[in-house]
Amino acid sequence: MVMEIDCKGMYYKKLNKMIRNAIDKNETEFVLNNINGQRYIGNGINEKIKITINGVPGNDLATFMNGPSLIINANGQDGLANTMNAGEIIVHGSAGDVLGYGMRGGKLLIRDNVGYRTGIHMKEYKKQVPVIIVGGVAGDFCGEYMAGGVLVLLGLDKDDDTPIAGDYLGTGMHGGVIYIRGEVEEHTLGAEVSVLELNDKDIKLLKKHLGEYCKHFGLDLEEVMSKPFIKLLPVSSRPYGNLYAY
Amino acid sequence: MMSELPAEFIVKIDYDRCRRCKRCVMNCSFGCMQFKDRVVPEHKNCVACHRCATFCPESAITITRNELAYKENANWMPEIRKNILKQAQTGGILLTGMGNPRPYQILWDHMLIDACQVTNPSIDPLREPMELRTFLGRKPDRLEFAHNKDGEIDLVTELQPQVKLDVPVLFGAMSYGAISLNAHRALAMAANRSGTLMNTGEGGLHKDLYPYAGNIIVQVASGRFGVHSEYLNTSAMVEIKIGQGAKPGIGGHLPGEKVGEEISKTRMIPVGTDAISPAPHHDIYSIEDLSQLIFAIKEAVDYTKPVSVKISAVHNVAAIASGIVRAGADVVTIDGFKGGTGASPMVIRDNVGIPIELALAAVDQRLRDEGIRNNASIICAGGIRSSGDVAKAIALGADATVIGTAALVAMGCRICQKCYTGNCAWGIATQKPELTRRLDPEVGAQRLSNLLTAWSLELKEILGSLGVNSIESLRGSRERLRGIDLDEQTLKLLGIKPAGIGQ
Repeated sequence: MVMEIDCKGMYYKKLNKMIRNAIDKNETEFVLNNINGQRYIGNGINEKIKITINGVPGNDLATFMNGPSLIINANGQDGLANTMNAGEIIVHGSAGDVLGYGMRGGKLLIRDNVGYRTGIHMKEYKKQVPVIIVGGVAGDFCGEYMAGGVLVLLGLDKDDDTPIAGDYLGTGMHGGVIYIRGEVEEHTLGAEVSVLELNDKDIKLLKKHLGEYCKHFGLDLEEVMSKPFIKLLPVSSRPYGNLYAY
Repeated sequence: MMSELPAEFIVKIDYDRCRRCKRCVMNCSFGCMQFKDRVVPEHKNCVACHRCATFCPESAITITRNELAYKENANWMPEIRKNILKQAQTGGILLTGMGNPRPYQILWDHMLIDACQVTNPSIDPLREPMELRTFLGRKPDRLEFAHNKDGEIDLVTELQPQVKLDVPVLFGAMSYGAISLNAHRALAMAANRSGTLMNTGEGGLHKDLYPYAGNIIVQVASGRFGVHSEYLNTSAMVEIKIGQGAKPGIGGHLPGEKVGEEISKTRMIPVGTDAISPAPHHDIYSIEDLSQLIFAIKEAVDYTKPVSVKISAVHNVAAIASGIVRAGADVVTIDGFKGGTGASPMVIRDNVGIPIELALAAVDQRLRDEGIRNNASIICAGGIRSSGDVAKAIALGADATVIGTAALVAMGCRICQKCYTGNCAWGIATQKPELTRRLDPEVGAQRLSNLLTAWSLELKEILGSLGVNSIESLRGSRERLRGIDLDEQTLKLLGIKPAGIGQ
């Protein structure tokens, strides 16, 4: 059974409590209608439930989330997937700043553009490798402090004058990988990253993740893969190792 | 050019007493004690941790300062010249450990506590009940009651989650990484026995400590290491770490060589990688953003636990604390500039922040003036050394106090300030198995518990002499404090009268 909730004018506290209570009664699928800025949807939930969100959800969606899959049929706001551990978020639109902060696992797939500091301090641990794929372009400080995981910028539908990412791309990066469809100008890169060409392993990994991405958004994988990608890797896993006198 | 640093200490061995058992050699973790045909100290490596002297069965070892390592100069003190030499050699930021060692005025030692004489009787705590119990969390503005259908009176006001302490002294936030797992175990066991809390710091919580959930504050810091929903729920309270007294405004950095298998599991990062905590939380640039994270945590724990926000004592601390309370925090933890650290740039530790006594007085006063003091408990940290300091802090307005360095000293720490090297000879601030096993968690827990038992007895004596029978009655009671050798402005800031003035 799908539990449908009309969220018009409902405060987040009541909505999220309602969802948690329903999960306790083994409810597994939710459709939230008339969502308009309610925060913390999916927050801290450990069960593998599915939530379809119709409307623009508020900040910190899926914070500390550990399992659910969320579909947003609109734009997202700031702080999606904050410290997320597992699960999947699909955004049929754009999203705001600080996405995937400290994200440790799961997937965040965004059809269009994102704001500043996407994937900041994303990290990975053993089998938990977080993935963020952005269909459009990203703002400044993308991949800042990144310590693990996979971040992909596709730049679909952008015109030639729009850069695919803002300044300080990968600044402070010390783990993980950023794949970019197209080129980036050297001066936009953080000091801690270098640009490399893709190898077969990269292509395989990209095809796997992008195949899934294309399915969600009705895109053609071959067309997405037709443009060459570059990869950004940290120069060192210990960028600040030599700063100190002992 | 030669710029070799002279030895800071001289290790003297009484060869008449030494029986060459080599115990000092085995115990030295800094490479000072060496055995050739007899024990030969490499003075330059000595950090005065006193491990060798403590374990020498013949008391044959004395450690002294190398008096004339630097020619006397009242301006160019040895410490300053040593630092210049080190930086001239390396070009690096000077790292250090523990709290600020500089001779700044200690305001606790300029406050005196009142006592009863003749007109108001004192109480004998040995024979009369004396209450140290403290509840941390948001208190309601008013209590409302109503008759239920059976004619009984029910409390209508919804109470916010509270944490009960049997003694108003918590253990400070020290991460597994900065200190060893055995030290973490000792703190958790002692907190459990003494009815108080330990704090994970920002390094996550090892699975072995999950059974102590009711005595643990779990921290959420900018690096979010080991933070997940289960972690947040394995706690008595959750704390957002914004700042730390020893290093206000800067981030943290656990070097990769300390990230072994167990730390990797607890922090949930690969073995051998650096654990970098950015200076700010990049999702918090304002009080509104802070509020967002506070309620993200409250949602994740279903509003069952208080949320604390920890900040360093800085110039504008009172206004910041007011914002924190208004943002929805149930507890504000203020850490003064004498608070300790596992590693901090020396220039920050020694020069940034303000004394906890002034910060505490300012925060308590500000929250009272704004009528929101009941909305949050205040925890005071950074430089609490004795039960006397605890009593004074509570009289100045704290709900509870924190000990970090004092707890480490109870476990054996000699404050050699080399925590950042990872070579702690006492098995506390190290991850080397051959060193961590020197600290028996059971012994450590017993010593920590003993310390809290002793301080509890002393606090009861202080309360008795003040003629009050609960710590509640002392809380914020600045009339029971007097200042000595303090200027007018400082007295005013502390909100106390000078000694010699009666009511």
